[in-house]
Parts: sequence; structure tokens; C-alpha cells
Amino acid sequence: MDYSYTVLILLLPFLSFLFLGLVGKWLSHRTSGLIGTLTLGVVAILSYYTAFQYFTADRVDGVFQTLVPINFTWLPFYNEGLHFDLGIMLDPISVMMLIVISTVSLMVHIYSFGYMHGEKGFQRYYSFLSLFTMSMLGLVVATNIFQMYMFWELVGVCSYLLIGFYYTQKPAIAASKKAFIVTRFADLGFLIGILIYGYYTKSFSFDFANTAVYLNGAQPTVGPDFAKAIAGAGFILPTALFLMFIGGAGKSAMFPLHIWLPDAMEGPTPVSALIHAATMVVAGVFQVARMFPLWIQYAPNTLHYVAWIGAFTAFYAAAVACAQSDIKRVLAFSTISQIAFMMVALGVCLPEGDFTNNHESLGYMASMYHLFTHAMFKATLFMCAGCIIHMVHSNEMQYMGGMHKYMPITHITFLIACLAISGIPPFSGFFSKDEILVAAFQYSATMGWIMTGIAAMTAFYMFRVYYGIFWGTENVEYHREHQPHECPATMTVPLIILTLITCTIGWILPGTFGSYVSATGEAYHISLDWSVAGTSVGIALISIGLATWIYSGARQPIAEKLKATFPHLHKWAYHRFYIDEVYQFVTHRIIFAHISRPIAWFDRNVIDGFFDFLAWGTNATSQGIRALQSGRVQQYAFVFLLGVIALILMLIF
Amino acid sequence: MDYSQFLHMTDELSLIAVIVILFIADLILCPDRKSGKGVLNTPLPIILLLAQTVFMVTLGVCPSYCTPTVEAFGGMYQHTPMMTVVKAVLNIGTLIVFFMANGWLRREENQIKQGEFYLLTLSTLLGMYFMISAGHFIMFFIGLELASVPMTALVAFTKKNKESAEAAAKYILTALFSSALLLYGISLLYGTCGTLYFDDMAARISTSNYVQLAALALFISGLGFKISLVPFHLWTADTYQGAPTTVTSYLSVISKGAAAFVLFVTLVKVFAPLIKDWDLLLFWIIILTITVANIFAVRQNNIKRFMAFSAISQAGYLVLGVMGGTAQGMTAMVYYLFVYLVANLGVFAIINVTEQHSGKVLISDYDGFYQTNPKLSFIMTLCLFSLAGIPPFAGFFSKFFMFLAGFKAGFPVLVFIALVNTVISLYYYLLIVKAMYIKQSNQPIATFRSDCYTQIGLAICAIGVVFAGILSQVYDFFDFFSYSL
Repeated sequence: MDYSYTVLILLLPFLSFLFLGLVGKWLSHRTSGLIGTLTLGVVAILSYYTAFQYFTADRVDGVFQTLVPINFTWLPFYNEGLHFDLGIMLDPISVMMLIVISTVSLMVHIYSFGYMHGEKGFQRYYSFLSLFTMSMLGLVVATNIFQMYMFWELVGVCSYLLIGFYYTQKPAIAASKKAFIVTRFADLGFLIGILIYGYYTKSFSFDFANTAVYLNGAQPTVGPDFAKAIAGAGFILPTALFLMFIGGAGKSAMFPLHIWLPDAMEGPTPVSALIHAATMVVAGVFQVARMFPLWIQYAPNTLHYVAWIGAFTAFYAAAVACAQSDIKRVLAFSTISQIAFMMVALGVCLPEGDFTNNHESLGYMASMYHLFTHAMFKATLFMCAGCIIHMVHSNEMQYMGGMHKYMPITHITFLIACLAISGIPPFSGFFSKDEILVAAFQYSATMGWIMTGIAAMTAFYMFRVYYGIFWGTENVEYHREHQPHECPATMTVPLIILTLITCTIGWILPGTFGSYVSATGEAYHISLDWSVAGTSVGIALISIGLATWIYSGARQPIAEKLKATFPHLHKWAYHRFYIDEVYQFVTHRIIFAHISRPIAWFDRNVIDGFFDFLAWGTNATSQGIRALQSGRVQQYAFVFLLGVIALILMLIF
Repeated sequence: MDYSQFLHMTDELSLIAVIVILFIADLILCPDRKSGKGVLNTPLPIILLLAQTVFMVTLGVCPSYCTPTVEAFGGMYQHTPMMTVVKAVLNIGTLIVFFMANGWLRREENQIKQGEFYLLTLSTLLGMYFMISAGHFIMFFIGLELASVPMTALVAFTKKNKESAEAAAKYILTALFSSALLLYGISLLYGTCGTLYFDDMAARISTSNYVQLAALALFISGLGFKISLVPFHLWTADTYQGAPTTVTSYLSVISKGAAAFVLFVTLVKVFAPLIKDWDLLLFWIIILTITVANIFAVRQNNIKRFMAFSAISQAGYLVLGVMGGTAQGMTAMVYYLFVYLVANLGVFAIINVTEQHSGKVLISDYDGFYQTNPKLSFIMTLCLFSLAGIPPFAGFFSKFFMFLAGFKAGFPVLVFIALVNTVISLYYYLLIVKAMYIKQSNQPIATFRSDCYTQIGLAICAIGVVFAGILSQVYDFFDFFSYSL
């Protein structure tokens, strides 16, 4: 059992980033794209091999072992006993994330060949993609929370760089700044959480129970009393965990920190697929899952707050998604809503009770499962949207309609992804969403019904978009000018691959997802609860039918009528319930005006004034005592002697 | 007498060997005084000094050879690995000075005197070696004089130049004065202790003896002259301005560093019972030194005079490490010395090479320097940033460790005043940067190529300024040997 090659998974994309970043200027588009894509191909193969090796290894006590092939102390604090480590940690969720990230990233690399064809800054784009992939992989394999935080900030930077890829366009710049500032603001909570956690537990490690196996002579980082220190942290621990969750909520766009994600759609669409749909935005979910043993054991009540925040976010985002006309915005809100589903699934886990069939932490498994399936079908949806935007040169639905004639492959893959997100069997979304609903019903019936309702809304707004793009009224005049046709193979092949995964992943794996990933590490056997599954499928079908009834026709009298009947509701939903305006008001009118300005005044007048005074004082004194430096050596000796006498006198008295 | 005791003095003996070889070489290689052909010139002294440094460091510092503490001649001579480290640092500085001196020495009027320069410089270095390793006040005084007298000759090296002669006169007069006071202090100590061996004196010194207190004050002022601490600094500006620039750079770094280290060692070894008293004296001396030097530096227009006040101010920071006599303070001091050495010599090398090519020494002459000599401006900026203590250059780290040591030793007020003064120093260092980059000039210094020796010296300085801070091994290295007095 040797996993030391896993270091290449991080190293290769980083080298590719350095190479493309430094010498990309002199390479052709084709070469730089190929370098990036081939590197990612190798990374993907290594990730699959890691997963194969890891999941086929024998379990110990029915649990997949947590392995640490590489770990070293990077920065020790000699006095406090704390240290920052860097390393690689393999456990079921990190290995699963390796698969998700490398797969989607590879698809995006291939897809971008077509999508970004001929764009200025093509090499820069690929070098940033490599950097992002490296950072995201580093985040999931982190051995300790500090390493996670480091890579967490790195993915934030990559997101900033890639959203602002078209840096000559004002909205892109604004969106990238917004994304960075909002997530960075949230990360302040994360940082404070880490500091509190490290202060009380004296370690940053993820190896909470001292069960990890260190390979290849990697240095263990945890003292034997780490577990005791965690247990003794008392009410501090829930506080620290919740502060960390604030950082996670920022990255995963939970209400009210979601405002950056819809704007982030200004970036190139493959970037949205990779970063803002499949990988980076689920970092918050991954973080909660990573700290899950602590949440469930020491902060179960706080964990339920996470569930309710998730539920509200899911509902809010679904409602907004029903009214948007920009297809990428719809997908963005749908992403927020789906990530909120994952948060809910984690939040509804219960600590005590019957541990024999593991039902208490069903939500954990369901959340990870949904993360996995969602990454695949949401990436498909975004890439389809990318194909359409590539052809139509607009994000607005009014320029589309009737596209099924021109783009059959895009049409079919989009439809399958829509069915998956709506939870229709046998597509992957059905299996994962069903588990989430079962977990929600176990927690409370209210939560169960709320989530079922939101699932219905999901089906409705997704099919609204589907009909809006592919059927409905065709904008004939516009299409005559821009004759749409199917995209090149570099763009359709990734779509087909991801769709195949979506079609089969739910039932093709030997065993089920639960036998690989579960809260305790023991195999968990998924058994479909047909009463829940039946209800959700039924409701989804009804929603799809409703959407078909309203939106599939050439003209849409019912939609118009609805809009006329509830004008305010539509307007509010279209403007995302004016959350952005609230932020504007709070930051500009309250924070800037009443806090920042006085502080700026203080800085300008008091702090700067002090330093100006120093300069003025120095100059003035220097004028005054210049005579001392006369050039006469007798006088020098005199001063010398006076100095000696002064020193003697000072000592004696 | 046991002659094998000489073997303990490998540092000094090897340097003497270098001096003797150079002396003989100078005689042999100098057959024709009129044409100046075959004169002893640059590569030989540099190679010899480098070899001596390597030899000394291998023998003194490498764990397999080094012995912790060695005494010879009944304690007259003492030696520890840390002393070898300090000597090696001084050697590095001397090497850089040799590199930058080449262009100046090859000028017609100096060509014939090249050998003298190296011999005199190495003689002062030998004096500093003795000073550092002294275990007896007589030994210490001989070392001190050996370091000062050839120095005067160096200051007067271009003796036909009136300024140089004036500088030498001021230097030797002040040196005599300070030596007299120092000797007076030593005689008071001898009178009260009955011995001049460092090891025996600590036990016989008490806080209640006023004569010994006076001796302490005299001793500190005597070394204060060498380190140029206020109020014993008045000679500095005139001498620095008048002396040849290479000599000025040597004076500003090497002799200052040696004296500061000796001050530390002697205070801790001999005057340990009076720790409260010398902390008090140094407290005020440091505040005065840093502040007064800064105030004067702001007004200077001659860049050598400016660097004189900058050097006085830096000396104040250097002595900050003595406060409390802690091991951390010693590490911080030697590290500070090393970092200050590379940065200051870098600045001086550029001043020197500019003076050689254009004859200009005013700060206002540097207006628009970046336009004509971008590379030199860049290195000068690095060095000035390091002197001012701007991260990530080494100067930031050396100041940081120095302040940390001062703080840990229990002098927060002093550290705060030093911090405030750092801000002022930033102001005047940036004045030069501003002149080079921002100010425009009708007659900027013309573009020139510096000779390859200067380039090597500058490269060493630039590397030191950039990496001595980032690589923590440098500090750890000094820390490892610290306080093995």
C-alpha cells in the first residue's frame, strides 16, 4: 500500500500553472491548451487510480482507514505547541472529491478548447484553470484545518481571477470584486473559528480520534490528548464550528451571503461550470462534512441551525429562479438551491438513537451523494448553456426558443440533466435527492414536506428554462442573422460523457454509494423508501406537467396571466427580493457613512498628523542644533569630556 | 613558556600569515616604482583573505574541530566559536571593501600605494581580532591601538588631498583623547581591583564603589568613540567626508561592529555586577544617538556626510542588543551587524563607483540617477530599503529581532523610541530613492560601467540584502553560537 504518488495530483497542476503562467505568452493557443488538458488528464488518471486502490483495499473493523501518506510540519510555534502542517489525507470523502474535481475539471479543460477558441488570454485562462484545480484538490486532501484554509483562500483568488477574466468589461470587474469581498468577509468568520479552535484544542488536525494511519514515515501531528482537549472545549466548540460555518456559508452561497454567486456568472461559462457549480461552491458543504464528527458529537443543536439556514436558502433561491430570464442566472440560483439541499441533509443528522442501521447519519451520506451527482449534472447544464450562449451570443431567453432543431445533442443532454435535477428515475439525481428527503422526514415531517415542496419547485423552474430555450417561441429574425448550429466535438463530447455518468451512476456502481461514503465509515446499505420516493417523483412529474402546460406552447397565455395577476410577486422575485439593494444600503449608508468615514478622518488627521509632526519636529530641531557640528576639533573634545562627566555624574547620583 | 599555546590563536596567526605574505609580495612584485608595473593588486589579497576566512571558519566553527572555550597565556587570550563567527563577519565586510576598492586603487595617483592599502587595512583588522579575543585589559588596549593607528594612515591615504589630511588629523586627535580617557578608566580599575584579567575582575567589582563607576563611564565613552555614539560622535561626519570613500565604508562598518561586540563582551564579563548602571547609561546613550543622528541626517546634502549620520544612528540600534546582556541580544546584535554590513557596504560601493566616474558626492547630484544607471539605482534602493527596515529585506528582520531582544530584556520604552526613530530614518533614506527615481535633472550623472570587482561586491551585497532575512538559517546560525562567551 503506497500512496506517495498522490503528491503528483497536487504537483502536476501547479507545475502546469507555473509553466503556462510564465512562458505561456510565447506558446500558441493550441499548445498551451494541450499542456493544460494533458496534465489534467494525468491528474484524473491518478485520482481514479487512487480511488480504485483506496476503495478496493480491505476495511479495518468494517471501516475504510484514514490514510496520511504525506505530512510535514511547515511552521512550528515553539512556545505554544501548535504547528501548521502540510500534507495529504485520504479518507472516503476526500477520495470521492478527488474524482469529482478531476473529472469535472478535465471535462471543462476539453470543453474550453471549443468555447474559448480564439479568445485573447487563452494561455492565461488555462494557467488559472490549472491553479484552481491544484487549489481545490489541495483543499479536499488537507490534513488539517489550516491547510484547508490556505487552499480555501487560494480557490477564492482563482475564482476572483476567472470571474474577472474579461477584465476590460465593467460588469466582470464588479462581479469579481463582489465575489472576492463577500467570500473574504465570510472567511473572517472561518479564520476566527480556526483560531478559537486551535487555541482550545492545541491542534489543527482533522484526525479527531487519533485513528489515522501515517504512511511512508509521515510525521503524526496529534498528541494523545487531542481528543480529550476537543471534548473539554465545552461551549467553545459549537461557537468555533459555527464561525467556521460562516466561512462555508460564504463560499457555498447560503442566504444572506449568496449575493456574489449570481453575479459570478459574468465569468466564462466553463468557469461557471467548474467553479460556480460543481466544485468550489460545495467547499462549504465539504467543510461541514469534514468537521462532521465534531458537529454531531458536540454541537448537534447548532447543526440544526445549519439545516434551517439551508432550508430557507433552498426555498428563496428556488423562488427567485422561477422569475429569472437570463439562463445562467436561473442555473446560478438553482445551484444555490441545490447546495442548500446538501446543507439541509447535513443539518438534519441526529446524534443519538439506534446506531445499528446508521439512520441517524443518513443525511451525511445523502449530502455527499448529492454533492457527487449534482456536480455532474449541474456541470452538464452549465456546459449546455455555454453551447447555446456560444451560438446565440446572449444569455437572455428571448433570443432563444426552438433551439431543439439546431442543436440536438445539446438538447438531449440538457433534457436528461433537467430530469436528473428534478429527481426522475433512473437518473442520478433521483437517488441522491430521495435520500435527502428521507433524511429530512426522519428529522421532522415539517422539514420533509418543505424540502419536497422545494424539490417540486426545482422541477418547475428547470423545465421552464428547458422549454424557454428549446421549444416555445422562436426568435426567428434573430436566428436568421445568427444561424445556430451544433457545437464542435470538443464541446459536445464532454457533455455526452457527463450525461452518461448522470444516467448510470445511480445504479451501476457495485454496491451503492453508501457502501463507500458514510458518516461512520461503515458500509451503509441504501434501501429506497418507496413512500417518500413515490411522493417526490409524483410531485416532480406534476411540476413538469405544469411547466409543460404553461411554457411549452408557441405563445404562453397562462404565464402572461400569472404575471399580470401577481405583478408585485413577479417583480420582487425578478429583482431577487432586493437583497442586493439591502446590502448596498447597509454598506454605503450605514457602514461607510457612519463607521468608515470617521475612521478615515482619524487616520488622516490623527495618525498622519503624528507622523507629520515627527517630520516637522525633526526638521525644526535640526535647525536648532546645527551649531554643535562646527568642525572645530577642540570643541569636539570639549563635548566629549562633558559627555564623560555627565555619564559619571549620572552613575553616582 | 609553552609555545604550543600559540596554536590556540589560529585566527590571529593565519591573518598575520596573510599580512606577511602580502608584505613580501609587495616588496618582490614592486621592482619599478616609477612605472608602477607589477604592483601588488587586487586578486591576491582577496584570494588570501578568502582562504584565511575559510580556514578560520572551518577550524573555529565546524563542530568536529571547534572546542567550546580556549584560554591561552593564563587568560590573556580567550577564544570562543562566537568570536570566530564575528571575526568571519568582519572578514566578509573587509572582502567587500577590497572588491570595491579596486577601481579607486588603480587610479594613477594611488597605483603605487596599492600594497599599503591592503597591509594597513589588514593590520587594523588584526587589531580588532585581538580586541575581540582579549582576556586582559592590556591586550584589549593593544588591540584597540592597533586598530586605530593604521586607520589614521588609511584616512590620510590620499594625503595630498587637503580634506583627507584634515580628516586624519581630526580622527587621530579625537582617538588620542578617547584613548587617554580609556586608559585612565583602566588605571582606576587596576587600582581598585588589583588585576586586569577579565576573569578575576568581576568578583572584585561592586556597585558601591564610585571609582569603579567612574571607570565604567570612562570605558564606555572610550568605546563610544569607536562606535561613534553620541556625544562622542562629533568627529564622525568630518572624518567620513574627508576620508577616501572606501576607507569611510570600512570605518563605518568593520571597526564599528568590532567595537560594539567588544563592548558587549566586556560589559558582560567584567562589569556584570554593574548591570543596572550600564543599562542606565546605554539607555540614554542609545536614545541620544539614534535621535540626534537622525536629526542631523535629515539636513545633509553631501552623501558621505549623510551616510556618516546614518551610520551613527545605525550604531545606536546595534548597541540596543547590549541592553540587558542577554543571549538573544547578542544574536540580534551580530545578526544586525551582518545585515547592516551588506546593506551599508552596498550603498558605499555605489557612492564610491559614482565618485570615481563622475566626482560627484552630493545627494542632489543623484537626481535622475535611475534614468542613466538603472541597475545601480535598483541595488542602491534595495540597500537603502534594508537600512530603513522595510520588509522583506534583511534590514526588517534584523530590526525586528533587535527590538524583540530589547523588549524581552525589559526595555519597552527604549524600543518604542527606536521604533519612532525608524520612521524618521525611513524619511531620509527615501529622500535618496526619491532623488534617484522621481526628481528630474538637467545634468544627471552620465551612464557608466562599473568594473567587475565592484560588480562582484555589489552582487554579494544584493544577495545578502535579499536573502539574509528570508532564509531563517542565517539567524539560526548566529543563534546557535550566541553566548558561548
